Amino acid sequence: MKARIKITLKEGVLDPQGKAIGNALGALGFEGVGNVRQGKYIEVDLDDTDRASAGKTVEAMCEQLLANMVIENYSFELEDA
Amino acid sequence: MKASVIVFPGSNCDRDVAVSLEAAMGKKPAMVWHGDADVPQSDLIVLPGGFSYGDYLRSGAMAAHSPIMRDVVAKAKKGTPVLGICNGFHLLTETGLLPGVLMRNASLKFICKDVLLKVERVDTDFTRGYSEGQVITIPVAHHDGNYFTDDDTLNRLEGENRIAFRYCDKAGATGGDANPNGSQRNIAGLYNETGTVLGLMPHPERLADPALGGTDGMPMFASLVEALH
Repeated sequence: MKARIKITLKEGVLDPQGKAIGNALGALGFEGVGNVRQGKYIEVDLDDTDRASAGKTVEAMCEQLLANMVIENYSFELEDA
Repeated sequence: MKASVIVFPGSNCDRDVAVSLEAAMGKKPAMVWHGDADVPQSDLIVLPGGFSYGDYLRSGAMAAHSPIMRDVVAKAKKGTPVLGICNGFHLLTETGLLPGVLMRNASLKFICKDVLLKVERVDTDFTRGYSEGQVITIPVAHHDGNYFTDDDTLNRLEGENRIAFRYCDKAGATGGDANPNGSQRNIAGLYNETGTVLGLMPHPERLADPALGGTDGMPMFASLVEALH
């Protein structure tokens, strides 16, 4: 099973990198660019073939290491291998 | 006094802080590898600056789970003083010994320069050699020093008198350009509830010898030796 994990900054947490990217897009001539937020994307291959237990494992991984819960949220999708 | 400096792959201020400790203590601290399970009996544990594990994932995130950190956290919770400098401060927040997180600098630039700090407390083992409200010069060298936490936590930290140092100007004021990295409430360093764990972004070991151009970092090491000898 493959977990596709997205880590994003919580609402209200300033994201200077996202802002710089937004400014750069504007400088390149892209119009209508609103708020830009930068996050992380992580893929993890798991031996587990049970969706429920794999989901619990990925949650624990996110909370213990992959995300810093003070400033980040996580979401993930599981895909059968 | 016995001190231990924890060495991670990517630490680069471990030897500098060992020199400052030796100058203050009169003997060398133990250098303890991150893969070890136990810290030798110590009166002080130092988590040095650097780029542990190449700052992979987040600064300090990987090192916070290295084998030695289990024992560091256990000893800190039992009252052993812990000093975390720069990447050591990252580690203290990642392990939950200190609240909040150090985000990318607001300017997005790596900042390497001397800054002015106001000493907020002089009743701890780390700062008894300073005077209250003293403004000191200490260098910073970081990309991720922008202290962030929620407003409730900030108010609690202020209420519990846990802010150790704030970025300030010559007069000790915190407005205007005094804040180099965007840290909330100009926080440069923090204590835990008992005042025995200190994390700070500036590097006292980098101005702790006249040959380095300044000595404002020396009283921190002298304070620790006086308190813990």
